Amino acid sequence: MAPRKVVLRFPPQIVDKPLIYHLVKDYGLMINVLKANVNPYKEGFMVVEISGEPHQYEQGLNFLRERGVIIDQLSENIVRNTDKCTHCGACTSACPSGALYVSRPSMEVIFDEEKCVVCGVCLKTCPVKAIEVNFNGHGGRSI
Amino acid sequence: MGVKRTYAEINEKIKSGKVVVVTAEEIIGMVKEKGIEKVAEEVDVVTTGTFGPMCSSGAFFNFGHPKPRIKMHRVWMNGVPAYTGIAAVDAYLGATELPDFDPLNSNYPGEFRYGGGHVIEDLVAGKAIKLEATGYGTDCYPRKKIETYITLNDVNEAYLFNPRNAYQNYNVAVNLSEKIIYTYMGTLKPNLGNAHYCSAGQLSPLMNDPYYRTIGIGTRIFLGGGIGYVVWNGTQHSPCGPRGENGVPLGGAGTLAVIGDLKQMNSQWLRGTSYLGYGSTLTVGVGVPIPILDEDMVRFTSVKDEDIFAPIVDYSNDYPNGTGKTLGSVSYAQLKSGFIEVNGREVPTAPLSSYVKAREIAETLKQWIMKGDFLLGEPVQTLPSADSGVALKGLQEKPAP
Ligand code: SF4
Ligand code: SF4
Repeated sequence: MAPRKVVLRFPPQIVDKPLIYHLVKDYGLMINVLKANVNPYKEGFMVVEISGEPHQYEQGLNFLRERGVIIDQLSENIVRNTDKCTHCGACTSACPSGALYVSRPSMEVIFDEEKCVVCGVCLKTCPVKAIEVNFNGHGGRSI
Repeated sequence: MGVKRTYAEINEKIKSGKVVVVTAEEIIGMVKEKGIEKVAEEVDVVTTGTFGPMCSSGAFFNFGHPKPRIKMHRVWMNGVPAYTGIAAVDAYLGATELPDFDPLNSNYPGEFRYGGGHVIEDLVAGKAIKLEATGYGTDCYPRKKIETYITLNDVNEAYLFNPRNAYQNYNVAVNLSEKIIYTYMGTLKPNLGNAHYCSAGQLSPLMNDPYYRTIGIGTRIFLGGGIGYVVWNGTQHSPCGPRGENGVPLGGAGTLAVIGDLKQMNSQWLRGTSYLGYGSTLTVGVGVPIPILDEDMVRFTSVKDEDIFAPIVDYSNDYPNGTGKTLGSVSYAQLKSGFIEVNGREVPTAPLSSYVKAREIAETLKQWIMKGDFLLGEPVQTLPSADSGVALKGLQEKPAP
């Protein structure tokens, strides 16, 4: 099976459990961690590339789900259209990784792509649709 | 007694290029440095601004008559219905109106990607939009159907007429329930996961003239990037609620009804807006100039975020059921710091009203006045204030009288 990219979100209660280790050991999956982060509210995030046998991939993901991990398929990378953004701030409390945040005291909204775990939450939250998915990889619009 | 100024004197100074204008943010520091008396002598006008979602907004249109003529009974603009219960080719398009085919909240939470507010933005941006209308046919208006494309230039009149804008203060919304909720105050996370507020605070127009001494019918304003006017108090105008010592209401209070020619506005300041699970609306830029008639107006306009308080309201139960309960009150300085305390917990905050854009509006209005392009309008009548006895009514369910 071709490697698949997924976003894993770990609620605070399970953030310190060695769950990824079980994917490797019990399900024979290969895991490539692309991004990982723990936010100020102690929730964990990981973007991983998983490869292995399709049925083991499904079982492995089910194993994570049963333990409370929230799994989303990766939707390429996220860009903010600075012409459209009004700095309203609505996305900042929805963004789980802290990639979108208010800079104080200017109250400007900053997008830090390094922290973005590409969960896509901001796509629907942004009231003026200033957040876009860049399907062509990097090098699109300025952020 | 201190300095006194009239509108006429200020307008003379605007025309001769001698007027001194500062923003509602700038005056705070000036007063701190020089004191009320000195600033009252120096400054003629203080500019304010706000840029937030304002659902009670919309525009009147007169499309002109086709040949043969039609009495429009139903109208759609880019698929969004407009109200046509007025003369033959007149219509009102409301900001929150949605296309007939929108899935609404059937696929919860609905996305409401395109509504009346988006049509207004597209028109102001110069785009052509599809106009469809049907009529039932009369002897004088025989036509039954028309489908065409229009731009803002093609129509006779297009004016924004917003029945309620620029709320003087507002709730801080939180969610005490176990599940995520989607509201007009944005997406609220369970168990006090976040707190959303929606006001420019110290820059907001009615916070700077809390008793509407200078803001009334005929006040000339910045509206959607063009020039507009206050035409009435807004709907739900409620000036008699509790106020702080500085006169600023402790919750939602005064509102403005505003009007302006859409053809001279700018789509940067009129933005179609969608709230997940709630609906679509229009984000409107409003800026009001406040004349420094005397020292009291310096006192009012130098109000700062620390001294403006908003009530915290639970939007999972108390707001929808109208219990009237609040969870305390916080200052805009606390809200802007990024965290507030609610029920002993630290809750992250986010604004829905753009302070960055509010500042830009106040600055733009200041430039207009300094260039001599924009004279102050003296209200022909002021709005009902704290002594008016105006109270907000609820809707009662009654049997037929
Ligand atoms: S996709 Fe959006 S919400 Fe998710 S982490 Fe990136 S910026 Fe934040
Ligand atoms: S929600 Fe959208 S418009 Fe508002 S600050 Fe975030 S990206 Fe900008």
